[in-house]
Amino acid sequence: MKCYIGIDLGSTTTKAVVMDAGGEVLGRGITNSRSNYDTASRVAKLEAFISTRFTLFHRALEKVSGLQEAQVDRLLENLERHFRLELFLEQLNDLHQTCAVNADDLRYPGQKDRICAVLDVVFQKLAEKLQKLFGPGVRRKSDFFRDLAGSEYMAVAEEASKTMGVFFETLINIYDKSIIDVENRPPNADMAGKFLRALDRVLREEDLTVDPETIKQAIKDVLDVELEESYVVGTGYGRVRLPFSKDHIRSEILCHGLGAHLMYPNTRTVLDIGGQDTKGIQVDSKGIVVNFQMNDRCAAGCGRYLGYIADEMNLGLHELGPMAMKATKAVRINSTCTVFAGAELRDRLALGEKRENIMAGLHRSIILRAMSIISRSGGVTNEFTFTGGVAKNEAAVTELKKLVRENYGDVKINIDPDSIYTGALGGAEFARRAVEQEA
Amino acid sequence: MSADIQTEVIKEASMLKQKEMIARNYDELTSTAESGRKMVSTFVPGNLNELINCFGMLNNLPEINAINNGMRKKSGAMIMDAERAGHSEDVCTYVKADIGMMSKGNIAPNGKPMPAPDMLLLSYTGCFTFMKWFELLRHEYGCETVMLQVPYTGDGVITDNMRQFVVKQLKEEVIPAMERVSGVKFDIDRLRENLARSAKAEDDLVWVLESAKNVRSPIDAYFGGVYYIGPIFTAFRGTEDAVEYYRLLRGEVEKRIEQGLGPITPEGDMDEERYRLVVEGPPNWTSFREFWKMFYDEGAVVVASTYTKVGGVYDLGFRHDPERPLESLAEYCLGCYTNRNLPSRVELLEKYVNEYQADGLLINSIKSCNSFSAGQLLMMQEIEKRTGKPGAFIETDLVDPRYFSAANVKNRLESYFQMINQKRQSTKVA
Repeated sequence: MKCYIGIDLGSTTTKAVVMDAGGEVLGRGITNSRSNYDTASRVAKLEAFISTRFTLFHRALEKVSGLQEAQVDRLLENLERHFRLELFLEQLNDLHQTCAVNADDLRYPGQKDRICAVLDVVFQKLAEKLQKLFGPGVRRKSDFFRDLAGSEYMAVAEEASKTMGVFFETLINIYDKSIIDVENRPPNADMAGKFLRALDRVLREEDLTVDPETIKQAIKDVLDVELEESYVVGTGYGRVRLPFSKDHIRSEILCHGLGAHLMYPNTRTVLDIGGQDTKGIQVDSKGIVVNFQMNDRCAAGCGRYLGYIADEMNLGLHELGPMAMKATKAVRINSTCTVFAGAELRDRLALGEKRENIMAGLHRSIILRAMSIISRSGGVTNEFTFTGGVAKNEAAVTELKKLVRENYGDVKINIDPDSIYTGALGGAEFARRAVEQEA
Repeated sequence: MSADIQTEVIKEASMLKQKEMIARNYDELTSTAESGRKMVSTFVPGNLNELINCFGMLNNLPEINAINNGMRKKSGAMIMDAERAGHSEDVCTYVKADIGMMSKGNIAPNGKPMPAPDMLLLSYTGCFTFMKWFELLRHEYGCETVMLQVPYTGDGVITDNMRQFVVKQLKEEVIPAMERVSGVKFDIDRLRENLARSAKAEDDLVWVLESAKNVRSPIDAYFGGVYYIGPIFTAFRGTEDAVEYYRLLRGEVEKRIEQGLGPITPEGDMDEERYRLVVEGPPNWTSFREFWKMFYDEGAVVVASTYTKVGGVYDLGFRHDPERPLESLAEYCLGCYTNRNLPSRVELLEKYVNEYQADGLLINSIKSCNSFSAGQLLMMQEIEKRTGKPGAFIETDLVDPRYFSAANVKNRLESYFQMINQKRQSTKVA
C-alpha cells in the first residue's frame, strides 16, 4: 500500500508520521535526535512503520469473528511487548558482538580474550536482567535502546570488572565506542520474522476461544502487505541533513501550520514551543500559513531553557511542571535569558523562596515570551492550538490558558496529547498532496 | 555599500571601475600628509559631497569603513575591542566597529593608517546615534565640528521653512567652517558644476534601479543594489567618475535586458526568478555572501529596497539642481529615506510592492539599530493589509558577526518563500 511519510527532525527528538492515500494517519514514531539526523530519521521512520503495522493488525483482528475488542487490545499489547523484546535482544546481541570486535583494539594489547570473557558474562547478565523490563505490566522509563542498556551496563560491568581483573574504564571505552555504531544500525531486518516469533510466544501464553491459526493468518496477511514509501517530506531543524532532494523538504513552519489545521480545522493560531525555538503561526481556513514569527538565535524561553533549569535544580525535566503546579504564588522571574534566569533562580533560592513558587514564575516567564511572539505574528483571532514538547508541561499550559484569556478573551485552546507529531503530520500531508493531488 | 568586491567572480566594466575608484579614494585619504589635502568625516545619509569637493577636501565616511571591515571579517574583533573599552553590547555596531578600528591604528583597507579628520560634519541628524558618535570622535580628535540641524519630516512633507532653515545653516555655519578648515574660498559655480554631474549620474542610477520593474529583473536591487549605490552615496557624487560609472552600469543593464538575463550573483547569472521581493532594512555585512546566497539559491530576487535610498531618495523625482544649489542640497538632506516618517516609509514600500509586482515585503531588522527598528513590525503589518501580500521579518545585525544566525535566518527565509508558493498555489486552485 502507498504510504506517505513526514519526518520532523527536531533539535531534541525526531518524529515520523505515516499516512495512507486517504489522509488517515497509520503510524507514528519518535526517537532522540542525538545529533545524528540520518540515524534519527531512519529510526523514527522504522518506529512509525512498526506503529503502522500495529494499526493494520488492529484493523485485521477486529474483523476476526469471535474476538472481542478487549481481547484484540490485550493481544496486541502483548504482541508489542514481545516484539519490543525481540528488537531489544537483537540490538543487545549486536552491542555484544560490536563490543567484542572493539575489544581487539591496539589500546588493549593481548587483552582481547580476557575482555571478551568479561563481556560474555556482562551481556549474559544484562539479557537476564533487562528481559524483565518487557514483562507484563512493567513500565519502561524510556523506549530508547541506549537509555535502557546504558545504565545497566555500567552497573553490571563495574561489578564484573572487579571480580574478573579488567579495568572498568576499558569496559566503558569499549561500550562508548560500540553504542554509537549499534544505534546507527536500527534492527530493521526481517521484521516479519520478528513479529511472527513474538506472536508465537503471545499465542502460547493466551487462552483464546478463537483458533490461533486464524489469528496468525490475519497477522500474516497484514505482514504480506508491502508498505511502500511513496513520498517522504522532511521538516524541522535538521531537515537539510535529510538525504533527499529539495522538493522533499518543507519548512517546519508550514508543516506545523498544516499539521495543526489537520488536527483542529478551525485553528487560526498555532503556538509551537520546541527544544530551541518558539513559533507563532497564523493559518487560514485551509491551513495555509499567512504569517509567522519566531524567536531569534537565542533559544531563551524554549524547551532547552527548562532542561537547563532542571539541571540547575537537580531535577528531571518532567518534574518541573508538577512542581510548579504546587506553587502558592508565582515568583517574578525577569529574565528569559537562560543564563540570567539561572542566576536569578539561585538568587531567589538564597532569599528563601520556595522552589515551587520559583518554578511557577519560570513557567510564566516562558509563556510571557511566547505571548509576545504570538502578538507579533498577529495575535489570536480564533481557535488556538498549542504544540511542541512544552505543550506536555501542565504548568506551561495553565499559564498559557490564563494569559490567552487575559489578552484575547475566551478562545478555544487545543492541546493534543500527540501534539509533538504536529510537524511530522503536516509533512506527511504535504507528501500525500505532492502525489495524490498531482495524479 | 562601496566595500571592495575583489572576490566577485564575474567582472563587468562598471565593477572594475568602482573598484578602481574606491582604491584611489583610500589612497588619497591615506596620503593627506604628503598631498596636504584636508579631510572631512561625515555620514552617508544626506551627505554634502559636492560641497566638500568645492573646497578640495576629501570625504571620509566612517559607516563605510565599518561596512568595509564587516565584509572583510574584521569588524568582530574591532567591536570586541570597543566593548572591552566599556561600550555596551547594545550600542550601534557601526560606532563600535569605528572605535575599535581607531584603537587598532585606524588602518584603511589599503593597509595604511587613516589620518585624523580635519573636520567633522554632521549633515543629518535623524539618527540620534550619529550625534553621539561624532561627540566621541570630537573628543578623540578635537577638530572643528559642524552640526547641520536637519529637521525630521514628521508630517511627511518638506516645508519651505525647513528648507530655508537648512540653507541658512549652510550659508552661515557650514560654508564658513569649510572655508576656515580648507583655506579655500567658496565658489558657487564650482558647486553648480558638481551638482550638474550629480544629476546626470542620478538619472542613470534611477534608470538602473527601475529596470527591476521588468518581470525577470536584470538586477537585484538589494544585494546588487548596495554596489550600485556605492558611488552615489559616498565620496563620488558630483564627480566625472560617478557619471562614467553609472553610464557603464546602465549600458550593462540594458544589455542584460536585451539578452533576457537575470541578476548577476557571485556564482554567475541567476537562473529562474521565482520570487520578487521588496526589502526594508540594511543587509548583514559580516555574512553578506552567505545571506545573499540564501536568496539566489531559492530564485528570490529583490526588486526594490529602501536601503538603497538611505543616502537619498531619487526615484520620487528628486535631483540635485545646479539652478538651486543650496536649496537642493537642503532637500537632499531632508528627503533621505531615514529622515522620512513612518507613514511616508509605508507609502514608499506600498508603492514598491505594487509597481515592482513583488510577492511581498521582507524586513531585515537590525539588532543594534534602535531608531530604525522601532515601528518596523507595524510597517510590515500595514503593508500586508494594504497590498494583501505576505510579509516576513528577520533579524540580523550590521557588522556584529555574533548577531547573524545563519540557520535561523535561512529557516525564516525558506519558510517565507514556501509560504508565498503555497499562497500562490491556493489562489490558483481557487
